[in-house]
Amino acid sequence: MQDSLSPATPAVNENFVLRLYIAGQTPKCMRAFANLKRICEQYLADRYQIEMIDLLTDPALARHDQILAVPTLVRRIPVPVRKIIGDLSNTQRVLAGLDVSIGTA
Amino acid sequence: MQHSETVAPRPRAIRKAATGIQGLDEITDGGLPYGRPTLVCGGAGSGKTLLAASFLVNGAEKFDEPGVLMTFEENGDEIASDVASLGFDLPALVDAGKLCIDYVRIERSEIEETGEYDLEGLFVRLEHAVRAVGAKRVVLDTIESLFSGLGNSNILRAELRRLFRWLKDKGLTAVITAERGEGTLTRQGLEEYVSDAVILLDHRVTEQVSTRRLRVVKYRGSHHGTNEYPFLIDRLGLSVLPVTSLGLEHPASVERISSGVRQLDEMLDGKGFFRGSTVLLSGTAGTGKTSLAASFAAAACRRGERVLYFLFEESPHQLIRNMRSIGIDLQPWVDGGLLHFKADRPSRAGLEHHLASMYQHVRDFQPSVTVVDAVTNLLSVGTQHDVRAMLMRVIDYLKMSGVTGLFSSLTPGKNESEETEAGISSLMDTWIVMGIDEIERERHRAIRILKSRGMAHSNRVHEFAITSRGLRITDDGRR
Repeated sequence: MQDSLSPATPAVNENFVLRLYIAGQTPKCMRAFANLKRICEQYLADRYQIEMIDLLTDPALARHDQILAVPTLVRRIPVPVRKIIGDLSNTQRVLAGLDVSIGTA
Repeated sequence: MQHSETVAPRPRAIRKAATGIQGLDEITDGGLPYGRPTLVCGGAGSGKTLLAASFLVNGAEKFDEPGVLMTFEENGDEIASDVASLGFDLPALVDAGKLCIDYVRIERSEIEETGEYDLEGLFVRLEHAVRAVGAKRVVLDTIESLFSGLGNSNILRAELRRLFRWLKDKGLTAVITAERGEGTLTRQGLEEYVSDAVILLDHRVTEQVSTRRLRVVKYRGSHHGTNEYPFLIDRLGLSVLPVTSLGLEHPASVERISSGVRQLDEMLDGKGFFRGSTVLLSGTAGTGKTSLAASFAAAACRRGERVLYFLFEESPHQLIRNMRSIGIDLQPWVDGGLLHFKADRPSRAGLEHHLASMYQHVRDFQPSVTVVDAVTNLLSVGTQHDVRAMLMRVIDYLKMSGVTGLFSSLTPGKNESEETEAGISSLMDTWIVMGIDEIERERHRAIRILKSRGMAHSNRVHEFAITSRGLRITDDGRR
């Protein structure tokens, strides 16, 4: 896998595979998605992938993926897996959580 | 009798979910409030998780109520191995579809928080688990861990409130465990949210003797015992010992049984003790208490009755050897399963433990006669007051079960001081005092009956002899 080659900080052009766990289309979840989309476009343009999982339709995944809070954003790639909970309204903290260095924008 | 119209309509008793934990269902008048959350709080190692697990396992095995165990501190394997020592097989219950275990892992360092969130994920998981097994019972152990895992305690509080509401709406009987706080029942004040029933567990170690206690702090809409009850965790699981609420309603038998010494039976109105009564045998060292107790035990075995013999000062082997020298052979009764010894150093455990262990042995062995030799040994692990309280419970239990109890008691010093016995003798139906008189430079054993309720007993001092062929009492007319 690519992680064996990657340093701790993701390489500049590394792809991000993100998963956003929501539970129904609540305002909070929609806000999180909008925020995520905006942040990715701005800082990870062309190298991100967002998968949205609605726990109401896939309840078993909550246990399987250890999801507690909603919304939860999971960075699946690059590894290690990281979790960010909340509506992602604070861009700086989202970037810190995803470990994206702003200088590359 | 009152006419029914003069009696105020009784409020409908609330429905209970039996825990199946021995004693707990008695003091809660049937169990936990059905379809409602109960808070179980206590310090580390107080037995919260074991109580909660017992509630679930018994629900699944005995009451056809499957359960969900949502654990926040230990994973499923760890919990399973913790409770395996109580004889619980969690994996088997999971395989049978009667239990669902969900380990909620929260690692603060792995989680970044930004903006608003809720715990809908937890709700989804819980609901999914409840559906999977058709759960009627839920345990959340220990949900307070969320506070150390997530930073926003305002959100957490609001969500917990919503969660407890949700449990109630779903009609789930829930046990929520929580850590004891400083000056509060729980560290996070969960008692504010769970107001139906609160059980407090306590584990104290005093002078290297550990004591566990349980108290029902609150139980809305139900009668419950308010005392602190000793409880025990052992290979048979958890058991709580209800205190004296039994009262004085035990049946009184008119049947008489032999003391094992013919002449003593004669002193007892010619017929011996009442079956199901309690006998105190007190005296200074070397007066023959144990010999008389052993003789009583042997007589019961000869009648084909089961005897449970608690020994606090010597080993069964030593007792058997010593008794053989005076013509009482106990070994065949032990071999035949009629006589069961339970030897224990009093200092090995607290009074509650001894009490609990006595309950359990009586319950399991179902004796018709129980001997406690000597009850005064217990004074080394408790105050006289505590020992008396404990004895009262033992006696109540024996009487309810129709078991005849004989308790020996060592009187300190040379003379028969009635100080030690004063406390416990009032609990006894028959009190026999044994002593040694020195007459013309010869020591003579003496025996007399101080009291024996419900019979015309001898009031004289009799000479008592221990010979190689047994015990003998002579009516030599000394006063």
